Amino acid sequence: MIQRVPRGAIPYLLLLPGIGWLVLFYLYPALQLFLVSLWTGNITQGYQQTWNFGIYAEGFNEYWPWIVRSAAYGGLATLLAFLLGYPLAYTIAFKGGRYKNVLLFLVIAPFFTSFLLRTISWKIILADNGLVLGPLKQLGIIPQDFQFLATPVAVIAGITYNLLPFMTLPLYVALEKVDFRLLEAARDLYAGPWRPGGAIVGAIGGGILAFLAALVVEINPLLPVAVAAVVGALIGRYLISESFVRITFPLSLPGVFAGSLLTFIPAVGDFVNADLLGNVRTQMIGNVIEARFLKITDYPMASALSFILMAAIIIGVLIYARILGTEELTGGRA
Amino acid sequence: MADVAVRLVQLTKRFGGDTTGRRVAKYVDDANADQGFLAVDHIDLDVNEGEFFSLLGPSGCGKTTTLRMIGGFEQPTDGRIELQGEDVTYLPAYKRNVNTVFQNYALFPHLTIYENVAFGLRRRKVSDADVKKRVTEMLELVELPGYEARKPGQISGGQAQRVALARALVNKPAVLLLDEPLGALDLKLRKQMQIELKRIQQEVGITFIYVTHDQEEAMTMSDRIAVMNHGHYEQLGDPEVLYERPRTRFVAGFLGVSNLLPASADGRDDRYANFRLSDGTAVRVPIAVIQDRAGTLALGVRPEKIRLLEEKDESPAGYNRVAGRIVHASYLGVSTQYIVQLKDGHRVTVYEQNVTRATKAELWSSGEDVVLCWAPEHCFVVEDAGGMAAAEADRELAAVV
Repeated sequence: MIQRVPRGAIPYLLLLPGIGWLVLFYLYPALQLFLVSLWTGNITQGYQQTWNFGIYAEGFNEYWPWIVRSAAYGGLATLLAFLLGYPLAYTIAFKGGRYKNVLLFLVIAPFFTSFLLRTISWKIILADNGLVLGPLKQLGIIPQDFQFLATPVAVIAGITYNLLPFMTLPLYVALEKVDFRLLEAARDLYAGPWRPGGAIVGAIGGGILAFLAALVVEINPLLPVAVAAVVGALIGRYLISESFVRITFPLSLPGVFAGSLLTFIPAVGDFVNADLLGNVRTQMIGNVIEARFLKITDYPMASALSFILMAAIIIGVLIYARILGTEELTGGRA
Repeated sequence: MADVAVRLVQLTKRFGGDTTGRRVAKYVDDANADQGFLAVDHIDLDVNEGEFFSLLGPSGCGKTTTLRMIGGFEQPTDGRIELQGEDVTYLPAYKRNVNTVFQNYALFPHLTIYENVAFGLRRRKVSDADVKKRVTEMLELVELPGYEARKPGQISGGQAQRVALARALVNKPAVLLLDEPLGALDLKLRKQMQIELKRIQQEVGITFIYVTHDQEEAMTMSDRIAVMNHGHYEQLGDPEVLYERPRTRFVAGFLGVSNLLPASADGRDDRYANFRLSDGTAVRVPIAVIQDRAGTLALGVRPEKIRLLEEKDESPAGYNRVAGRIVHASYLGVSTQYIVQLKDGHRVTVYEQNVTRATKAELWSSGEDVVLCWAPEHCFVVEDAGGMAAAEADRELAAVV
């Protein structure tokens, strides 16, 4: 005889495997990690549980530059991925036509190769005398001592490249849902080109981007900012319409939110790109944690730094969610 | 003569088959191949200022495409659109002084009702104070005051409909376009909204161009109707002219039920033309009714105009009399619907109000011989170019719609 499951229990039963998985492989290790962070001692003499909360202050004081650098690299990579991914997702969603699926496949195609392998291939392609820089140097277009690897730009570019699909896909999903009839309605209600606004937004966007880039590569920002502002203004002036600003973009905000989190969180914790494409001066907090765990075997500090990073990300995300407005994200559709 | 709000001149829209030089040239020898689908076929139309005008027709007749061209959402393949005397054929939608109520409302889900209604005013840089005044007024007009802060997801379909109307009307457009706006509502709400729409139109005095496939809806609200079929309109006129004097078989079939009988002309006197039905019966029709009709003609009469008599009964002088036999009777409460077969096999539908005969025993029953009689003035004559075969197809189409 079949015993019927009470209807009310079904959602909980369905949740059970997921919750079980999280408890076993996330909550329990996290708790363990937390306990480890409060140890004192070293690998040769052994560790004691001393509830040494002071390690958090110590870790923060000692490693805040790495945390700030991680946040900066992660933030820039997210911004870049957004600037690259949004037009990409927009084009696929609105102009893709019957090639939509092919284009989407191309977006995720890199995933078929290992993340590590792709990053190593960047290293080969962009090496000082590699496929790209070698010929340019021979032709005298760039100076002999120019290098791309071992710079912050390389690390940020690598992170951006590796995480671009995580930005593009949620953006695509959000944009694909935007009803084109809403855009017709907007045009019907006099939403036309957005020339002055678009120019201003483009100029500001381009300017900020160039300023940040100049800071990272440590050059005088004046000229790049001016050039980028003019280019941005032109792009904004002719590409941004009023219906985009008022309808499409607000309706794609859930995708912006999801995409930027999916990009930013792994970006901040990344150490592979900094390891393979950077140098000692571009190390991120992930590199420190990795070294503490695996090379120095300073388990308490490694654990404490992991928790500091986690806390920082959670706080950052909460602030971000508040700024973007949760109501906007969950707003009902007509 | 009233001012013209919208004038369409030879307006044409062809979908598919490209009209750009190269592709047309490529297929130029291949007769009509890849000519695409002719959705709107050289329409000439004047819509008067302040008029409630309907484009009525089955799906695929080109009514929505015509509306979308007026709104600026489709580029005409050929022809011209004038708005209050100004050529707007190539003016983008956002520069046209025309607003649209879309079929599925297309309210902006992320904006409040207030901001939805204010959208057009804000794009036109109307001052905040004026926006507030006009939006409030408009929400009162559509009887939705107090809904300002809600989102479109939080109101019903009927309310969304009103918001869509307010959002368009608040801009005081020269012409308001409505694309089957009541299609998604249930019957009762639709009837309510029809009356409401007409009230609002009279109140604001703006020209409405209304697209629908529902003949009753069009008749209820419209000052004039253009009945469309295959990319052009077959007849244009007041609802009662379209109903009482349909010009073509399609119009007769699309607006209400009609009985069409093939007939041949058989002389005329100074007031009446004589026709002979295929069973040999002579029928009289006022000359005024056939004046501008050409080609093959068929005779029509609406079911409610026919009275059923017994053979021995007298009919008023001059009335047409045709003999037949009841083959089917269905009691509908307010009236009874009879199907009467004539001697030549044609079937005629007759509605009789349940007044003189109301009880079961008094009603006609199938198998009884009857005489159909109606006034000559109740006849109409349609052009029947396609003949009966094409007519059947049209009737089926109309029945489906």
